[in-house]
Amino acid sequence: MALGGFKGSWLAFHVGIVTGFISTFYLLNGLLWPRPPGLESQTPDPDVWVVQHPALLSAGHPHLSGEVSTTAAELYNKVRILCWVMTGPSNLETKARHVQATWTRHCNVVLFMSSVRDDGFPTVGLDTKEGRDQLYWKTIRAFQYVHRHHLEQADWFLKADDDTFVVLDNLRWLLANHTPEEPVYFGKRFKPFAKQGYMSGGAGYVLSKEALRRFVEGFRTQVCAHTSSVEDLALGQCMEKMGVRAGDSRDAAGRETFHPFGPESHLTGKFSKSFWYWNYCYYPIVEGPQCCSDLAVSFHYVSPELMYTLEFLTYHLRAYGYRYRYQPPLPENAARLLQRQARPKAANATLLVQGTKTL
Amino acid sequence: MISESSSFVKGMVLGGLFCVFVTLLGHNKMGHGTKAHHHEHHHIQAPNKEDVSNLSEGERMELSHSIRVYCIILVKPKDLGNWAAVKETWSKHCDKAEFYSSESVKVFDSVVLNTNDMWVMVRNAYKLAYERYKDEYNWFFLAHPTTFAVIENLKYFLLKKDPSQPFYIGHTVKSGELEYVDGDGGIVLSIESLKRLSKIFEDPDKCPEQGGLIWKLSEDKQLAVCLKYTGVLAENAEDSEGKDVFNTKSVGSLIKEAMANHPQQVVEGCCSDMAITFNGLAPNHMHVMMYGVYRLRAYGHNFKDALVFLPPAGSDND
Repeated sequence: MALGGFKGSWLAFHVGIVTGFISTFYLLNGLLWPRPPGLESQTPDPDVWVVQHPALLSAGHPHLSGEVSTTAAELYNKVRILCWVMTGPSNLETKARHVQATWTRHCNVVLFMSSVRDDGFPTVGLDTKEGRDQLYWKTIRAFQYVHRHHLEQADWFLKADDDTFVVLDNLRWLLANHTPEEPVYFGKRFKPFAKQGYMSGGAGYVLSKEALRRFVEGFRTQVCAHTSSVEDLALGQCMEKMGVRAGDSRDAAGRETFHPFGPESHLTGKFSKSFWYWNYCYYPIVEGPQCCSDLAVSFHYVSPELMYTLEFLTYHLRAYGYRYRYQPPLPENAARLLQRQARPKAANATLLVQGTKTL
Repeated sequence: MISESSSFVKGMVLGGLFCVFVTLLGHNKMGHGTKAHHHEHHHIQAPNKEDVSNLSEGERMELSHSIRVYCIILVKPKDLGNWAAVKETWSKHCDKAEFYSSESVKVFDSVVLNTNDMWVMVRNAYKLAYERYKDEYNWFFLAHPTTFAVIENLKYFLLKKDPSQPFYIGHTVKSGELEYVDGDGGIVLSIESLKRLSKIFEDPDKCPEQGGLIWKLSEDKQLAVCLKYTGVLAENAEDSEGKDVFNTKSVGSLIKEAMANHPQQVVEGCCSDMAITFNGLAPNHMHVMMYGVYRLRAYGHNFKDALVFLPPAGSDND
């Protein structure tokens, strides 16, 4: 019937419009908009890294826009640091990835240490299990691995957790006053259980090449062994046995550089007097702004969001034209390394106030 | 049958074309985003590096001193925690900072406005500031106690701008025909704008004290309306890459957004290196920002800046 036929085409026409719209929509979505990178983003950015499986070698020292000096770049070449990050399979996407995207880009070489090998991330497989009780095993194996495969690629060897934030350029300034042949290691110094103290694991610690040699040698000769699962203390005790000195990492004004908590805690927190921290710190605790050096080296318990925030605050955001109060000295050894005139360390650091120097 | 299938095909083609049209339209709208080329949306940029090189140390000092910023922070008793934090942190870097409060508070000195109405507070604060300081400062910065500001970056931004011109700068928002500065990101007025504002305050038709009769505008919009009558228009402040320098959110929020939207370029894409303000900060975060901006840095990276700012006396957190 004519009317029925007309109704049928009318319906078909409108169904056609809807179908046409929807199918074109999906077609456009498929073609025009590139899929946002998902898990494929696990492969490291070739602009940032040269991948030497499973190690990542920095493709170049990151420069800041508008900077004029080459001091940081020179130190990058003269004070080479290999960073290894303690992580595990369940933390790769949630934590380690953000560490890879932020501060580790400033290392000369970085290795992510896991119980299981992962060629995509990439991580080293240490052949251990996961868990707090495995921490010292992982640490021992990690340092042995680094010693066996990467000894010549660096002068200093840093261990950090996947929730530690490190400022490598400030670590280079600290280490520039020492040589890799010294048997020394640096970190946040704790005092109990070891005569010369030991370094907090979470705040990160760094061994000189000689210290690394002695650590590995200690295990080879069985002077050191897996005495406990408390990684930082056990390592500290091994260091002591092998004659490696626990160094003083404080800045020229006596302020701490390695921090076992986040910046908010140190700057604004009031630690209760019964908190274990008071009895652990080797040096006197300072609360408030003087807790922390301007040239801080590390913070701990840093969430992924805070990693990026700290990277932004350290390397990007600054107060234009501002003359920092703390003018750090260029230590003698560093001056020699950089072939510059040394500015010797004053008895107290020089702090600038309105053009006049006060202590 | 044939007429139905040909109708169907015609429909499909029409539907497809319609989809393409709508998509392109939407794409165009989004594509411009903050870099709108619409001539009614005003942008203002920071100076170029070339503008500011080749100055002697003395010239730099003189130039730095010539930009004088007076800070107005509007507070209420409920803001006490943030008030204290602002007092202890960034406000020390203003040439002068004063707190304008709704009512008097025992713990801190302030300029008492005796009103809870935000628009009345804004009006009276600007009026008083102009009356007292019109000869001493050339730029006036208004902020809330949840805002953190880097005054040195503000001064750098204002470097080549003549304060005898009518400037009204910040993070702008368009509401219909009105473009206004969002107070959450801080509001910057040149002395000329403030002068014109003071005059129009006396016109109750154009700039009433009690906002609209039926429809009460937010104080940010009301300010824009009054200024517009004097010929002063809002401008959105950006750095040389087009990034906003006045932010209505905190660094943390912006980082979180960046992690979701462009995870491969979080730090580079988040915020301007020369940011002037962030908002939505709790007191503790202000102390962390203070440390992060004025102290924490990576050793060995130096800059040749055109301006020189020394740390304020009697302070130890900067």
